[in-house]
Amino acid sequence: MSAPKTRSREQAYRHDLRGYQTGFFLAALLTIIPFALVASGTFSTIATMWVIGVLGLVQIVVHVRYFLHVDLSRQRREELYLMLFSAALVTLMIAGMLWMLFNQHTRMM
Amino acid sequence: MNIVVRPHGLTWVAGHDHDHDRIATTLSGFWLFMMSDLIIFGLMFATYVTMLTPESFAGGPTPKELFELPGAAMETAALLTSTFTFGMASLAIKYDRGLSKVMLWLLVTLALGVVFLALEAREFTYMLAEGAVPQRSGFLSAFFGLVPLHGTHVTAGVIWLVIMLIELNRTGLTGPASSRIARLALFWHFLDLIWVGIFSVVYLGGIA
Repeated sequence: MSAPKTRSREQAYRHDLRGYQTGFFLAALLTIIPFALVASGTFSTIATMWVIGVLGLVQIVVHVRYFLHVDLSRQRREELYLMLFSAALVTLMIAGMLWMLFNQHTRMM
Repeated sequence: MNIVVRPHGLTWVAGHDHDHDRIATTLSGFWLFMMSDLIIFGLMFATYVTMLTPESFAGGPTPKELFELPGAAMETAALLTSTFTFGMASLAIKYDRGLSKVMLWLLVTLALGVVFLALEAREFTYMLAEGAVPQRSGFLSAFFGLVPLHGTHVTAGVIWLVIMLIELNRTGLTGPASSRIARLALFWHFLDLIWVGIFSVVYLGGIA
């Protein structure tokens, strides 16, 4: 057991710990802001919806980066591709479904 | 850094039946499961959003009348904190901080998961008592399709946590046990990610 080795392991631990703490802090912040906005009703409904939507997407990225540990590094490339592909599928399905159904809705009215 | 870079993630390496590779492979398989689960949730979200028109309320309760901000905030707090405490358990495994520390963090996570489920059960009981039952309107059918689906996942996660705690108590922190906990961690963090969508779209979007 050499001293530098233990220290680097301790450093790695602290680095990982800081990752979770950063993620938790950012996620909490990105949760509290939209809740506070809705509770106070400062902005118009449409503006609040936009803020909720954008902060929600940012928070998802925070969760993926700090909790699921998928980032842009080469090691996690396959998980990243899989996730982006699934996100693309989900986007196509949701957007397509909403487009089609709301279009039908307008035509039926 | 090693010179030989061992493929990570989805790649299956022939002839390398190393413990580490097997864990990476099973984790990748679990990623595939989670992404197909993500698509199910995505379609449930889409269905829910199409059911937000006045016609779909069918004269029944609207999201604004039904949802309460404090309840959603408490559920969110419980689940978000539990994802952090699970992270602490993962770190305790990664850096050999001892079995008791791992079990303690998993127990805290379990408790927070149970709190979340209790809050959700209370909310559903209240809704059902108000007459907001799934068959009341298209909107309520979609709500009870989406949110309890997430709740069922959390229930599965809670049961899995209990099983892991029993296994840890019996066998200690073996290789298979930590591999299972790694998958459970992915599952748990993934459920919190889905919850971000639920509190944004269903609760905040409904109340705003």
